[in-house]
Amino acid sequence: MDAALTDRSAPGGWLARRLLQMVPLVFGITIVLFAVIQAAPGGPEGALLESGRFIDPQVIEAYRHRLGVDRPVPVQYVRWLTAAVRGDLGISFSTTRPVTAMIVERLPATLELMATAFGFAAIVALGLGIFSAVRQYSAFDYLTTGLSFAGIAMPVFWFALILQLVFAVRLGWLPVAGTGTVGDTSLLDHLRHLILPAFVLSVRYIAGWSRYLRSSLLATLRADYIRTARAKGLPERRVIVHALRNALIPVISIMALNLADLFSGAVITETIFAWPGIGRLFIQAMFSRDYPLLMGILLMGSVMVIIFNLIADLVYGALDPRIRHD
Amino acid sequence: MAVASLVVIGLIALACMAAPLIAPYGFDAIDLSSIRQPPSATHWMGTDDLGRDLLTRVLYGGRVSILIGVLAAFIGTAAGSIIGALAGFHGGRTDNVLMRMTDVAYAIPTLPLLIVLSSYSQSAIASMAMIIGLLSWMATARVVRGEVLSIREMPYVEAARSIGAGGLRIIRRHVLPNAIGPIVVGATLAVGNAIILESSLSFLGLGVQPPTPTWGNMLQDAQSTMASKPWLTIFPGLAILLVVLSVNFIGDGLQDALDPRAQTGG
Repeated sequence: MDAALTDRSAPGGWLARRLLQMVPLVFGITIVLFAVIQAAPGGPEGALLESGRFIDPQVIEAYRHRLGVDRPVPVQYVRWLTAAVRGDLGISFSTTRPVTAMIVERLPATLELMATAFGFAAIVALGLGIFSAVRQYSAFDYLTTGLSFAGIAMPVFWFALILQLVFAVRLGWLPVAGTGTVGDTSLLDHLRHLILPAFVLSVRYIAGWSRYLRSSLLATLRADYIRTARAKGLPERRVIVHALRNALIPVISIMALNLADLFSGAVITETIFAWPGIGRLFIQAMFSRDYPLLMGILLMGSVMVIIFNLIADLVYGALDPRIRHD
Repeated sequence: MAVASLVVIGLIALACMAAPLIAPYGFDAIDLSSIRQPPSATHWMGTDDLGRDLLTRVLYGGRVSILIGVLAAFIGTAAGSIIGALAGFHGGRTDNVLMRMTDVAYAIPTLPLLIVLSSYSQSAIASMAMIIGLLSWMATARVVRGEVLSIREMPYVEAARSIGAGGLRIIRRHVLPNAIGPIVVGATLAVGNAIILESSLSFLGLGVQPPTPTWGNMLQDAQSTMASKPWLTIFPGLAILLVVLSVNFIGDGLQDALDPRAQTGG
């Protein structure tokens, strides 16, 4: 009774501790990112000066003052951090609009792409993983194993180019890029644009997760309780379902961890498919040397990673009662 | 599989290294009388917009791509092993500081950070390898720390300490050699990873700059003419795929060979 009570109260305290640990982590990240941006050749205002838009030295000085880059670096950092805590990530160099607004505007497209890719990868990997475990060493098993190795070894951007070439250019089944045909606002048209980028983004994870589920399921099927279930005459289908519950635990935590690097993949995928999300915004910001925007996106990406990792831990704890968070 | 991969990658690496000797043309030899040729007997992989032989360029590109991959993997593994060994061996404050550093480095999305950093540098081969290597030490550090934590409790470490061996000596002579399995496996997989990262950066125009060919910047060149001249896209990508695939198979094979506890189930 006592044990049960402490167990039930433990996760709350653990969560509070985890959230508290995130504070120094985010703090460390902001320092690194700030240092990276400061290290830019010519400093953060270098790009503006080079653009030749401010020729009068007085104008430059006034601009530097307005940006605050004439102050000592630690002062700049503190000013930036106090503003960032309040959700103000500064003003974009290239559009002179608030960075936060620009990111928020692009967020839905990225989340849509990531969620579609994630969901698709989860479903396909589940099917492939179960099938190749059940039919171990079959032709199907060898085929999926071979394809997954290829899926992991392939550069994402190259796969994207090949798919564009085959399905958009040669066969003409799907649009090459963008989010919709001009003048066509139907959902179907939008979904057709979503297929290629979402598939490209998901391939790595289909490959990884299906392999992982396969070996996890094979290991579980060797467990004693499965032998018992079989001995009792349980039909094979139900035995698999039985085993799957436990086999999925490590796979799901890997999936939650991978959510974090979906963002890196989105940068390339969005760029190739002209998908108007944060990844594409990032590349544009890089080429226009828009440092406040770059920094804002990097910060947002890092916070996303931390949150996804926390989710991974929570999910793992919730699924596997053997895990104690203390 | 691992042995076959070793042969494949050995052949590719050898061919790339010997590129000046075996390549049928110069990598920057422009031949305007035979531009944009599809693959044929004289140009096995065809030619590009300037009539340069693609096979030659793939071989030369491989030199740079593989070199950066190996260098970056070496840098990342060395840094990761040192940090992981120090953290695991000393424990306490050192461990705490180093592992929080690792957490921070882990949380920043690698590719975007890599993009920013490589836009600063002049994209020389050495600096590319350096940047990629310094952003890929975290996994090794965590694995090595875990190994070291268990190794430092071993009787032979205690024996070494009891006869007065210093910390660094113990790490070098006793701890690292026993943690070498996961380090080697991690390093192998890191080569493939670094090759893919390099090609992604070059593809975005941030890697090694033309006229030096790399697989990544060849693909960037090919992107605009992909529809009419697909071979320019297909072959450099296949080269990356083949090399990374082999490296990963070798890594898998090493894992099975070095760690008898590992059961890959197939």
